[in-house]
Amino acid sequence: MKKPKNYNLIIGGSITAIMLIFMLTGIFFTPHDPNTMDGGLKFAGASFTHPFGNDNFGRDLLSRVMTGSLTTLYVAALTVLIGTFFGVVIGALTGYFGGIIDEVLMRINDTVFAFPSILLALVFVSIFGSGRNNVILALGIAFVPSFARIVRGEFLKYKKMDYITSARLAGAGNLRIMFFHILPNTFTVLLPAVLIGFNNAVLAEAGMSYLGIGVQPPDPSLGRMLSEAQPFLFRAPAMALAPGIVLILIILGFSLLSDGSMKSLSAQSLQNRGNK
Amino acid sequence: MKRKEAVRFFSAMVLISLTVALSACSGDKQGDELSSVITVGIPQDIEDSLDPHRAVAAGTREVLFNLFEGLVKPTSDGDYIPAIASDFTIAENGLVYTFTLRENVKFHDGSTVTAEDVKFSLDKCADTGSGSPLVAAFANISEVLILDEKTIAIHLFTPDTEILASLTTAIIPAANASPESNPIGTGPYLFTSRSPQENFVVTRFADYWGDKANIETVIFKIIANSDTIVMDLEGGSLDMVPRITKSQSDELSGRFNILEGTMNLVQALYLNHAVPPFDILEVRQALCYAVDPFEIMLMISDGKGAEVGSSMFPAFTKYFIEDLNNFYSFDIEKAKQLLSDAGYPDGFSFTITVPSNHTQHVDTAQVLVEQFKRIGVQANIELIEWETWVAEVNTGRNYETTVIGLVASTFTARAMLDRFHTDNRRNFNNYSNPDFDIALENALASADDLMKTFYYKECLRILTETAANVYIQDLPEFVAISNKFGGYEFYPLPALDMAKMYIVD
Repeated sequence: MKKPKNYNLIIGGSITAIMLIFMLTGIFFTPHDPNTMDGGLKFAGASFTHPFGNDNFGRDLLSRVMTGSLTTLYVAALTVLIGTFFGVVIGALTGYFGGIIDEVLMRINDTVFAFPSILLALVFVSIFGSGRNNVILALGIAFVPSFARIVRGEFLKYKKMDYITSARLAGAGNLRIMFFHILPNTFTVLLPAVLIGFNNAVLAEAGMSYLGIGVQPPDPSLGRMLSEAQPFLFRAPAMALAPGIVLILIILGFSLLSDGSMKSLSAQSLQNRGNK
Repeated sequence: MKRKEAVRFFSAMVLISLTVALSACSGDKQGDELSSVITVGIPQDIEDSLDPHRAVAAGTREVLFNLFEGLVKPTSDGDYIPAIASDFTIAENGLVYTFTLRENVKFHDGSTVTAEDVKFSLDKCADTGSGSPLVAAFANISEVLILDEKTIAIHLFTPDTEILASLTTAIIPAANASPESNPIGTGPYLFTSRSPQENFVVTRFADYWGDKANIETVIFKIIANSDTIVMDLEGGSLDMVPRITKSQSDELSGRFNILEGTMNLVQALYLNHAVPPFDILEVRQALCYAVDPFEIMLMISDGKGAEVGSSMFPAFTKYFIEDLNNFYSFDIEKAKQLLSDAGYPDGFSFTITVPSNHTQHVDTAQVLVEQFKRIGVQANIELIEWETWVAEVNTGRNYETTVIGLVASTFTARAMLDRFHTDNRRNFNNYSNPDFDIALENALASADDLMKTFYYKECLRILTETAANVYIQDLPEFVAISNKFGGYEFYPLPALDMAKMYIVD
């Protein structure tokens, strides 16, 4: 049987790949220094030397978008990493053992989950001070509950399956069963969740920076650039369009990738089941 | 069935007649009012107090300016003219000020201003019962004497030529039991209504002693979100907004006149002298040489603004010393030289704390970071909330440097300078210089105006020479006014003088 083409995966993958190349190039090379000002180029339109134009300080928008999206990527990636790591550990423990651990951890989880992530991060930042690392930590904590729930559900499902019982009879320890026998099976659900979580983290970082928390000026981030562009929407629309479009492309790429991967993973598991 | 129809018919008739009656009402009103109403956008609600003696925010004082007057009142050139008093004399020793009250000055409630009211108001502000008096300069008043119905004498402990600036303090009726909620003054406008977080409405006072206001009603409308200012002006819900930004003024159409003035403040990178390396003179001077105020003006307001070289703004011509602007003219080589003399050949790094709600200061800080990079000094910006700024920087003095604009609370040199005295509780700079302290004490003690001016200028020179702060500019102020109105005047202190405004035909 010929497999239908998974357009979501292809398009999402390509957009993401292009955006990643765009962002990662920023580590080694930007056309100009993203913070250097030039009074003569205030609000300048697109040109060969400045393809995206310049902002209200005459700074090169392309360079700023490159370093800005890199900052956003860095924050989002670390946020998701923290969220996934603790989410998986908590989800695995609660799902596998159940009982009192499950009760206590999941109620704490519910409490954290009840706060909107931005609000939680705002409270965190107002107590511990602003700055990039605090934002990462704050958002990371806010992201834990959603991952914990997903992983817990999967563990509850798998721990009753026959192959786990067999493994236990064969003498496998709890940790081995949790992380070698069950965890790999949760990837079908976890991977799309991580990709969607990454999207949410990008938006959360942009939102935080837009509110003036997080990355401090003059360093760029997509959200900060958007908020800086607000007073000049009519005078220099490029200031808002450049970071806005990059943000949209990142989100679109990861969303399609997440959809596509979900489809292909479920197709695969169906196929596997058919082969059995 | 029939009964139901009858009810329906009847209620429809009631509705129709009501609609007609009500719309007729509003129609009449509109025709009458449109000609003489002006809606002014103000950035914050009159939250602190309607009592003119307790109002502290500049945003409140500029509105209450229309409601209240003192024995004298300020003019737009920074002078003082008699208001409730028609005349005054100063005794030769400078210790007694005798005021003759103007005939028939009425309060908004219709009563006539008496010498008792004046004494009541001045005594209230000079009262030291709750610690410091409401008006700081009144600590110097020994007593207020009523000589006769129309004459009042103010006795001072020591001569003070600046006391006149504080005698603009509002005169309120002694009989008013609740000045907090029922503001009664003698100004050209009287209080009509107030909706919290929405508006503050005043109407022309028909019995005003002087030139009566031209516009019948002034609505001060609170604009919660400054992003909507341009739309509100273009849409007609606002006629005038003081203090818009340069970019907002650029977006307004030809239906609006943009008046340009200055904010009468001193914007500077204020340094905490208690934190190293800002205790070293050469380091501070190096920072002064590294800063180019004109580049900052170009970046943040298209080149508008006025350079300042010390803690005095240009509109205060009596004390402003223009030469000090060039004391540290932009010179990178000199700055680098001074840095290595001070033992920092490779520069250093520090934090600039900026209140995030003041865009001009945040933008200025961003340009400063770039300018300091040129001499190898790494500055990092930390944005904080306004309330945190007040607590941490202004009160707590827990900061390295900050960009802010300092204003004068009264139109006196003292208001700008006394904060730099070693023992002053507002000295958030931790600036301490014995020469400055002596000069300031001499200025405060001088009875002679020439000597006073001389010592104040001395203070300003010392601040510049010791590079107390990195002085930048007096920010430009743009006022947008619909071309239907004219007559706006800039004052060197917080005031929106609506009485002088008129409708252009």
